[in-house]
Amino acid sequence: MSEAPARKKRKFELDPKLASYKGVWVFVEHERGQVHPVSWELMGEGRKLADMLGVELVGVVLGAPGEPTRRFCTEAIYHSADLCYLMEDDILKDYRNEPFTKGMTNLVNTYQPEILLLGATTQGRDLAGSVATTLQTGLTADCTALTIDPDNRSMAATRPTFGGSLLCTIVTLNYRPQMATVRPRVMAMAERDASRTGRVIEHPLGMVESSIITKVLEYIPDAMQDKPQLAFADIIVAGGRGMKKPENFQLIWDLAQVLGAEVGASRPVVQAGWVDLERQVGQSGKTVRPKLYIAAGISGAIQHRVGMDASDCIIAINNDPNAPIFDFATYGIVGNAMTVVPALTEAFRQKLASVKKAG
Amino acid sequence: MHIVVCIKQVPDSAQIRVHPVTNTIMRQGVPAIINPYDLFALEEALRLKDQHGGTVTVITMGPPQAEAALRKALSFGADDAILITDRAFAGADTLATSFALASAIRQIQKNMPVDMVFTGKQTIDGDTAQVGPGVAKRLDMQLLTYVSKVVSVKPDKAEIVVERRAEGGVQVLKTRLPCLVTVLDGNNQMRFANMPNMFRAARHPLKRWSREEAGIVDEDIAKIGLKGSPTVVSKVFAPTPKSERAEMIAVESGDPKDLAVTVLAKMFTRFPAVEKEIAKRAQ
Repeated sequence: MSEAPARKKRKFELDPKLASYKGVWVFVEHERGQVHPVSWELMGEGRKLADMLGVELVGVVLGAPGEPTRRFCTEAIYHSADLCYLMEDDILKDYRNEPFTKGMTNLVNTYQPEILLLGATTQGRDLAGSVATTLQTGLTADCTALTIDPDNRSMAATRPTFGGSLLCTIVTLNYRPQMATVRPRVMAMAERDASRTGRVIEHPLGMVESSIITKVLEYIPDAMQDKPQLAFADIIVAGGRGMKKPENFQLIWDLAQVLGAEVGASRPVVQAGWVDLERQVGQSGKTVRPKLYIAAGISGAIQHRVGMDASDCIIAINNDPNAPIFDFATYGIVGNAMTVVPALTEAFRQKLASVKKAG
Repeated sequence: MHIVVCIKQVPDSAQIRVHPVTNTIMRQGVPAIINPYDLFALEEALRLKDQHGGTVTVITMGPPQAEAALRKALSFGADDAILITDRAFAGADTLATSFALASAIRQIQKNMPVDMVFTGKQTIDGDTAQVGPGVAKRLDMQLLTYVSKVVSVKPDKAEIVVERRAEGGVQVLKTRLPCLVTVLDGNNQMRFANMPNMFRAARHPLKRWSREEAGIVDEDIAKIGLKGSPTVVSKVFAPTPKSERAEMIAVESGDPKDLAVTVLAKMFTRFPAVEKEIAKRAQ
């Protein structure tokens, strides 16, 4: 890793008014009774920051009164929080920007944390941007690494920029709290320890439903919708022009079906009308980040790459050994997609069968 | 109905290069484009205009060259365009940017009430997704982020229903106008510019607003540009290159079956999370 020429460290003294801000907070995000795994990843990272600073790690839970919300507090403590702030109100049943922003802002103003971390999810980013603006403080988006500068106790947040071609480290000096959203699946989850104990402090929201303008009419789970959900898919099988004919694209569908995966496509294939626009991956389509991305007959032009190269593992199949996709894929297979894809389908089918047998 | 669309001119990510020695972005010669995510917002705004009539105004904050992005937006069918440009804005982070944009939108509202502000979910250069929420809070507008579909707009009732992307599903939300919508990518496709609009775009008297014209008074000068930015970039560096190229899978037999079995075995060893994900599907 090469660094820019070292700059002279600026002399920095925190405004005494801000020195009273203490503690590392993690927003415990949940939807439909499930805590988003990124929250426990943040606990893992937050624990390290809190230990470096010698302060408490705090979970923040906002939700409807009742068992799940309480359980999230317990789980936060199991996942290494020392303390949990709990805000229970029927208004907080579903995520909505206005009451969550108000609730979080009130908590911050009351208990004054020095660091507030949220997941870089649709909910976390919606909330973080609103809270930071309301509090007039700094927010760094989509971070991939966090640390504490021991000289001035400030948080240094590193994030990719320009689509990952550069990294930059950002600090928030004379503002508190220092806020960051963190990309899911980058940091290690805190270990769960069910013997841990901690305090839970309740705080009221203090709003009435009639004062809230936005109403949730309905929540449609993806499973109920017959629509591709590429942005959230864990496995994607994508095909490109190298599939040669629209009929051959069926091989992509077959593999996707065995894997319970979404089908993606490169732009030329979408423009040729082989698959719907909603399946286009890349600069003018969807940005995806699955655990596994299988690219068959896709050359890997930059317009496609920017939409998928954050995938955890990429298997690329292409008959051209010089295809750019091999420059950034994890595994490359030079060969005919029309024979390799069905072979993969069969290999995955056998894998699934052996898991079933064992389980 | 009056929709303001906030766009940004960004360097085409496809052609970004990093200087190998200084680790700075080499902007020279890199074509500037409208942030691709903003095109989804502009198209959605133009569709609403097609349905309900009204006006679409595009605005951008940026250097004088950003005029090109506005002219492009006009060629797609936007009615008016305002370039907010002033040296005082230089070095703005998202908090400072949202202050300037919100102030400019308030100025626009003085001439014609604004029903909705549209913008892309994020930019491709900054990737923060923070300016939209920031502008909404400053204007005290209802905020609808990651909107995958505008279900209905009733301008007479000042009411909008949208589908908003959430984890694992979509929320159907109803709210009151004026509101700010950040549009999710990939759910529409920008129309082609037609000849009359292209001619109009070339001749359109584009407005250029300085800080003062954008309604930012001297007392607020500490809220814009570098001064108004709580976040400071302390270091820029190139990422450690990924293990150069892909690990190429080859088998002696050349049999696709063997290739498939080999790549799976390698992958499951190195990526236990993938194996776990696949095992989940066996249940």
